[in-house]
Amino acid sequence: MSDTVSDTVSDTALVSVRALSKFYVRGDQVIPVLVDLDLDVAEGDYVALMGPSGSGKSTLLNLVAGIDKPSSGTILVAGVDIAQLSEGDLAAWRSAHVGFVFQFYNLMPVLSAAANVELPLLLTSMSRRERAERVEVALALVGLGDRAEHLPNELSGGQQQRVAIARALITDPTLIVADEPTGDLDRVTAGEILDLLERLNRELGKTILMVTHDPKAAARAHRIVHLEKGILAA
Amino acid sequence: MFVTLFVLRNLFRHKLRTLLTAFGIVIAIASFGLLRTVVDAWYAGANASNSARLVTRSSVSLVFPLPLSYAQKLRQVGGVESVAAVNWFGGVYVTERNFFPQFAIQAPAYLAMYPELTLTDAERRAFLSDRQGAIAGRKLANQYGWKVGDTIPLRGTIFPGNWSFTLRGVYDGADRTVDESTFFFHWDYLNESVRRLAPGRSDQAGLFVVKIRDPGEAAEVSQAIDARFANSLAETLTETEKAFQLSFVSMTEAILAAIQAVSYVVILIIMAVMANTMAMTARERYGEYATFKALGFSGGFVAGLIVAESFGLALLGGLAGIALTYPLAGIFADAMGTLFPVFFVSDRTVVLQLAAALVVGLCAAAVPAWRAARIRIVDGLRAVA
Repeated sequence: MSDTVSDTVSDTALVSVRALSKFYVRGDQVIPVLVDLDLDVAEGDYVALMGPSGSGKSTLLNLVAGIDKPSSGTILVAGVDIAQLSEGDLAAWRSAHVGFVFQFYNLMPVLSAAANVELPLLLTSMSRRERAERVEVALALVGLGDRAEHLPNELSGGQQQRVAIARALITDPTLIVADEPTGDLDRVTAGEILDLLERLNRELGKTILMVTHDPKAAARAHRIVHLEKGILAA
Repeated sequence: MFVTLFVLRNLFRHKLRTLLTAFGIVIAIASFGLLRTVVDAWYAGANASNSARLVTRSSVSLVFPLPLSYAQKLRQVGGVESVAAVNWFGGVYVTERNFFPQFAIQAPAYLAMYPELTLTDAERRAFLSDRQGAIAGRKLANQYGWKVGDTIPLRGTIFPGNWSFTLRGVYDGADRTVDESTFFFHWDYLNESVRRLAPGRSDQAGLFVVKIRDPGEAAEVSQAIDARFANSLAETLTETEKAFQLSFVSMTEAILAAIQAVSYVVILIIMAVMANTMAMTARERYGEYATFKALGFSGGFVAGLIVAESFGLALLGGLAGIALTYPLAGIFADAMGTLFPVFFVSDRTVVLQLAAALVVGLCAAAVPAWRAARIRIVDGLRAVA
């Protein structure tokens, strides 16, 4: 693990953020959240974003994941400037390139674990059989092969987060973004989830961008990026 | 399949809320159907009318009779096929509460004009050959337990005295739109009795039913008839049977308008209730909708989920409401007796009920679906936290 901040543009970066700014307007007031920010994340990297509440780390994560639009600047992911994409194109891009892991899992409560994992595949042209095979593999990978038909409320928090990770993996995305993935879990379960993310990065080469408040979680990443008041801090 | 399953499971996520809303829709749709059926019953006479039949009456008022001699003159008007004199009798059967329509008719011509009143050949012959004979509709006969051969006593009001008839037949309607609660007897029997009791009132018809050869010439024939009796002592007003029936309906138009308004208000109320349900449902699920959108699903897909759920709920309640309308209409018809001689839930009413349920579903979903489709993902995800 290194505690450095990249300040040079990398030609091989999977994620390349340049002059990124995001501000909100409330009445006459302009509230800056991110200010002229540059960041590179290399392919296969595991980056932890840290910083106090309101520092803009979740906003940065959302922008890189394509679920929010910047006020200015560019966000290149695998060579695509996602800031320029239309809503429809951005949705299609997300479904193909981004896997989401949320703090509160965000599973559909009326769907089984398998059906939740299958959701992103509904946007592909895969047959039902192909989808079922993929779901089986993904659930086995997160150690929940035997809980496929359980509803989320029949699973523990850790198990729900594993289902969410399986859902994030199912389309074999370019990038996995995790927003406080252990924030709602006890220490032991959080450790298990971090082990799983580390495995995905190490064994499957997944690029992970993770927001966390927990220094122990951040310590699992290759690199920690600190944000303070919307600016990268060394 | 996946989406259908998802929508169905979501529909029953809050069972009590769903059941209460569905119950409201059931009541509203059944009430709507019942009120529409009452309106239909009001128009039953007009709807069952035949465009080849005209009604000729006094141009002054229905109260004033026309001379029987007009019958022969009517037959001479071009386009006229046959004529039958008819009188409203207005007698009382046992007590005033037992109201049902009674008509004195020139039976051979009248029955030929109304093939929808079906009798067996034997009953028809028996009726036509018995001057004191009468026929009654199946509904009326069943209501009072009359059987062929029974003597039916009526106390005259317009035509005073005690009248006695022998039931010679019970007619059925050719279809369910035909009134089966009317009592018919021979006009000649009435006229002979009147001639004896009040000679000045004999040989007078309340109205004439005129059968014409070509329904397309109804207007021309009507004008020709009225022109024939213009400037006479008893000028006529001739109109189609439908227009004649509608003239009675128009007397109660305000009541009908009120009933129709209430039927639509019921739908508006349930629409508001269901819109509230769908708004609550959608608000609780903004996090889920945002997750769908984050995963790459479109706003249209999310809106579709809400509309489908709303449709599902409306359809569930709507179909149950339609099913409930039939027994309700039956109970209502029994309670009303012969006040609504033709009372049934028409196919058109069922279609209107179904359409009302679907409109309720669509309108209730419109705003929540629009909001969910437009929700910013980051705002929706924040709703989960």
